[in-house]
Order: sequence, then structure tokens, then C-alpha cells
Amino acid sequence: MLALTALLIVGLAIGFFILSRAKAISVSQGALANLHSRPSYHGTYVMLWVVIVGLALLLVLMLGGNAYLDAKFLGDIRAALPDARDIEIDLVLSDVKAIAAGLVSSRIDPLREATAIDFATADAVRIWATVAISLGGALLAGVLGMRQISAEWRARNRSERIIVGILWLSAAVAVLTTLGIVLSLIFETFNFFASIGWRVDKFLFGTRWSPLSGVQDGMMDMDKVGAVPLFAGTLMITGIAMLVAVPIGLFAAIYLSEFASPKVRLWAKPMLEILAGIPTVVYGFFAAITVAPFIRNAGEAIGLSVASESALAAGIVMGVMIIPFISSLSDDVINAVPQSLRDGSYGLGATKAETIRQVVLPAALPGIVSAILLGVSRAIGETMIVVMAAGQGANLTANPLEAVTTVTVQIVMLITGDTEASTAAGPAFTLAFTLFCITLALNIFALRFVRKYREKYD
Amino acid sequence: MTNEVKISTKNVDVFYGDNHAIKDVSVDILKNTVTAFIGPSGCGKSTFLRCLNRMNDTIDSCKITGELLMDGEDIYAKSVDPVQLRAKVGMVFQKPNPFPKSIFDNVAYGPRIHGLVGNKTDLEEVVETSLRRAAIWNEVKDRLDAPGTSLSGGQQQRLCIARAIATAPEVLLMDEPASSLDPIATAQIEELIDELRNNYSVVIVTHSMQQAARVSQKTAFFHMGDMVEYGDTTAIFTNPVDQRTQDYITGRFG
Ligand SMILES: Nc1ncnc2c1ncn2[C@@H]1O[C@H](COP(=O)(O)OP(=O)(O)OP(=O)(O)O)[C@@H](O)[C@H]1O
Ligand SMILES: [Mg+2]
Repeated sequence: MLALTALLIVGLAIGFFILSRAKAISVSQGALANLHSRPSYHGTYVMLWVVIVGLALLLVLMLGGNAYLDAKFLGDIRAALPDARDIEIDLVLSDVKAIAAGLVSSRIDPLREATAIDFATADAVRIWATVAISLGGALLAGVLGMRQISAEWRARNRSERIIVGILWLSAAVAVLTTLGIVLSLIFETFNFFASIGWRVDKFLFGTRWSPLSGVQDGMMDMDKVGAVPLFAGTLMITGIAMLVAVPIGLFAAIYLSEFASPKVRLWAKPMLEILAGIPTVVYGFFAAITVAPFIRNAGEAIGLSVASESALAAGIVMGVMIIPFISSLSDDVINAVPQSLRDGSYGLGATKAETIRQVVLPAALPGIVSAILLGVSRAIGETMIVVMAAGQGANLTANPLEAVTTVTVQIVMLITGDTEASTAAGPAFTLAFTLFCITLALNIFALRFVRKYREKYD
Repeated sequence: MTNEVKISTKNVDVFYGDNHAIKDVSVDILKNTVTAFIGPSGCGKSTFLRCLNRMNDTIDSCKITGELLMDGEDIYAKSVDPVQLRAKVGMVFQKPNPFPKSIFDNVAYGPRIHGLVGNKTDLEEVVETSLRRAAIWNEVKDRLDAPGTSLSGGQQQRLCIARAIATAPEVLLMDEPASSLDPIATAQIEELIDELRNNYSVVIVTHSMQQAARVSQKTAFFHMGDMVEYGDTTAIFTNPVDQRTQDYITGRFG
């Protein structure tokens, strides 16, 4: 019903667009140059008002009406059951709604049935009122808007201002959402630090991570919240992944952009990009089932003891996952280096290798660096491969053949484990906040670097 | 001016795909001589110039037939390494293309890759002389570390000239080397060209008739892919044989 109303409002707006344009044309008396704004701007202006007024009314009435009905009927039910607890009253209300909608309720009794009938009536009134008022408002906005149309009416400037407002609103939504997430991260982080008696150093420098094993009265055991093993694990796996991904990705990009014939490029590049589209759970599966046992067997053959889940396996597979990001982006930036620079180098008698190393790659460096940092961010945030292939034990080790765990994995364990959410949220949010700070720093550094380099060589 | 031939070309045809850009052109580039290529835009001057150091190799669609000899040796023979050829036949491009490196490194690029200088002082000296000869030293001597791309268009053009002469080629191909220079810098570059003639062969493409008359001893006039007329510069400018040449140099078309 309400969705239909929204559609009707949009239809109405289109209708007003056509009418207003026609009116603007007739106002111009045959010479469009008489108008300050072109006819379609008059149409757009009225149309925007119709849509904005209609949809805003619809939204406000929908939410407000619901809230009003809930409050009213909760009051009614409370009056009928003065002794009931809040949660029971809530249950009655949801039963009432279920009965009114013709669904199955948990219980049926006279109170519920009688209230359901009232509710159904009130709800119908609410819906019809919402529909009528928002359609009416939209219509009114359209009529008022159309009355403004004259040769001097600055519809173009006004509709542009409205559009700028809409753009601003969208940007604001994006920024505010991010801000909200960060604020909630900070809030939970504070809570967590409070629960370990503000020993932030224990979190940042402690080496034992087992936060849920010593919870007492909402206080955590501050000797078991050391996040160093997690960050060390993240660092090690990211490092291994980049050792795999950067050389292979970069060499692949150089091959594709400088040496491959157009035909090879035509199929090799999409093939690489398909790699980027494989869900990481598939990589994780591959790492756990194929790569990890392979590394273990290979290690044993030369007398090394390798854990069945190892940082090496996870890192290598993660590197493979990141190759396409690096190669595809680097290929694009290398291709964007102007041919005239290559010509200049060849014209001085440089070989292809000299040209690539000394002219093409330096010119493409800012882009390559941002491609690599994008890869690092992916590696730090990657979870699935690590869960499956690197283990979950918080070992502090420098040996890539042992099982390690990462920040993201521990967040998953905390949130999906069977500890109460309110207890587990603290350490999880704190880890997330720390991770957020690290990636933020990384991005800022990347931007700085790229900008500095650009300024110097553009 | 001598009459010794440095590069001789016979019956050269160049195609870009189906576009027949150079039609049966034969020109001799003499030693210690400045040769000017003139002609209306799009007539194939740059294309022909790029044949002389095999820069057209980098364009996939480009096909070249005919005979091109340098010091009697086929430039396009299988045994010839284009890299070595280009070290001997330097080029200044129509559009300035400084590398995204410092001014110093731009000029030092050629000497470094060819190992022309032994130590740092020698390299600094080569860079300074090249920049001086290209009439840009005074403008950049205090900021040799600044990126070459931060220079103005005319400065970049002279930087590219300095870069080309630092490699000490035997033949220097210059595609409109003074197109964005002011009269003073132009005069200095023309002086440089005249001076280069003592040691090298120079080929210069220009749209300025006065410039061609001032700096060159030989002139070739191109028109729609044909080489219409080739001869002593004085003869071409005072007494052109072909009607098209006469129309062009007197400004009746072009
Ligand atoms: N890379 C290329 N691919 C295809 N065609 C080209 C290419 N370069 C030049 N041509 C064509 O070859 C012809 C000659 O071009 P060229 O650049 O040699 O002219 P030009 O005499 O140097 O002109 P200008 O004085 O404007 O520089 C033109 O028709 C041009 O379209
Ligand atoms: Mg040209």
C-alpha cells in the first residue's frame, strides 16, 4: 500500500513535469528565448518539489503513525492489565498485531481479540490517512509550484540549488554513517578499557590473549587481554602475502603492459580479474585442504615440523588472492604512462629494460604504491582464509610454520562464540578499533606519499 | 659543408595500416650539414624523420619499405640493433617529453645508460655543458634537483635538446625544436645547431621558412607524403623548380 503510494507520488511528479514544461512553453509565447529558464528546468523544479514533499510526508507519517499506535495501544493494554510486567505487555501487543493481521498469535483471549479489532480499525485509518495526506501534499506542492511559472521565474537556479541540497544530503549520510561507526567503536573501546582498570598497556603490550576465560563481575583479567600475538599474527600473514603478491603482481603487470601482444593481453587480463572475483571462502578452503597439507608434507620431507595449520599456508594463499588487485591496477597505471616518455627514452638509445626500469616504473610509482597499499589493506582485513588455514590459537611466534591467529579471526571468534554478546563485544570492538586506526594510518600515509610524488613529478 | 653522405635513403615508402604516409622518397643526409624538412602539417615530415632512427618500430601498424643506409650500412638490416642505432642517431621530439626525474637526471640519462662518463665530476661537467649549449643553464643552474616536468613548455623543449646532445650522437634529428621558444632562445638554439654542424649531421623539421633559410644548407620540401623538391637551401628559397614549393614558401598555401 505504502510502496504503491510512493510509486503514485513519483508518477504524479512525472505528470507535473510534463504539465509544467508545457505551461512554460505556452508562457514563452512561442519564443523560448523569452524564458529565463528552459522549459525542462521549470518541469524539473516542480517535479522535485512534488517528490520531496510527497516522500517526506509519507516517511514522517509512516514512522510517526506507527509510533503513535504502539504508544496508544500499550497504554490501553496496561490499563487493562495493571499488574503485568513490561515484557508481558509487549507480548500482548505483538499478539494483537498478529491477530489483526490474520496471523497466528501465541495465545488467544478476550482482551487480545477485542484489542485486535480496535487495532485493525486504527491501523486502517492510519494507512489511509498517510496515503491521503502524502498524495494531497504532493498535489498541493505541484499546483503551487506550477503557479509560480512565468518568463522571469528562475527555475534553473532554484532546481540546481535543490539538486545540490540532495547531493549534500547523500554525502552527509555517508559521512555520518562512518562517524557513527567510529563513535560506537570508541565508546565500546572505552568500556572495555574500563573493565580492565584502564591498563591500556596490558592490551597493547601483553602477550597472552584469552579475554573470556577470566571474566568476573564484568571485570576482565587484565593479564589475559594482551593483543600482541594477534597483531604479530596479522603482521606475519600480511607480510607473507605481500612477499607473494607484490613481485608476482608487479611482474605480471609489467609483462601484460609492456611485452604481451594485444591478443594475449585481451584474454590474460580478464583471466586475472576473474581471480579477484573468487569468494575468499573458496581460497580459504583451498588453503586448508590443499596448500597446508602440501606444505606440511614438503616440510616433513626435509625434516621440518610443520603445524597442520600454518601462517605460511594462509599467507601464500592470501598472496595469491591479492595478486590480481596489484597486477590489474598496476597494469592500468603503467599503461597510463604516456608513450612519448617511452619514445624519449628509446630515442636516446635506451633498451626496453632500461626504459621500463628508469622511466616507466618511476612515472607509474604513485599508482603502484597505492595498488600495493590497497593489497595490504585487503590482507589485514582478510578473515576467511586465516580462519580456515592459520588456526585460532593465539601463539606468539616468529616461525611461519606454526599456527597463528589474527585480529580479524579473534573478532569472529568473540562475536560468534557462545559468551554473552555484552561481554564479548568489549574486546571485539577494541580490536576492531585498533585495526581501524592501523588501516587509517596506512591510508593517510599512502595518500601523503602519492600526493608528494605527484606534486614533484606531474 | 661536405658532400659526404651520412644517411642515404632510396625509394622509401611508409604505411600506417592503409594510410600511405610517405611515397617513394629519396633523400641524402650529408655529413657536417644541416638539412631542413619543410612542408605543410601532416605531409609526413615527422614520419620520415622517425624512419631514420627506427623510432617507427614502436608503432605496430607502421610498415616501411625501401633502402635506408647509414655509412653504407642498411639501417633496417636484421643484424642492426635499433638500440645502438638510436644511440648514434639522437632525436628531439616534436612534443617536449621530459622524464619524471630531476633536471640533472634528465640530462644525465643518456650518458649514464651508455656509460659515457667515468665519474661524478665528469657527469656534472657533461650535464652543465649540455645545458649551457641548449641555452637553458642560467635558468636552471640553481634548481638542478627540481623535476624536469616543473619547467615551462619552452624550457622543457630546451631541456630535451640538452638531453639529446648529452649523448653525443653522430646524427641529430630535431622535430620542430624551437616551436615554443621566444626569439632570444630561438636564436640561441639556431646558434647551437650551427655549431653542432662542425661535428654532426643535423636534420631539422621546421614550420618557419626564415629558420630553415637561416640554419640549413640543404632543404627538402614535403607535400602530402611526396618529397617534392630537395636541394641547396639557397636554391630552394630563391629559385624553386616546382610550383608547389614556390606556393608554399611564398605562403600561398600550407
Ligand atoms: N602513429 C600514427 N599512426 C597512424 N597514422 C599516423 C601516425 N603518425 C602519423 N600518422 C599519419 O601520417 C601522416 C603524416 O604525419 P606526420 O606526423 O609525419 O606529419 P608532419 O608532417 O610531421 O605534420 P606536423 O607538421 O603537423 O607535425 C598523417 O596523415 C598522419 O595522420
Ligand atoms: Mg610532425
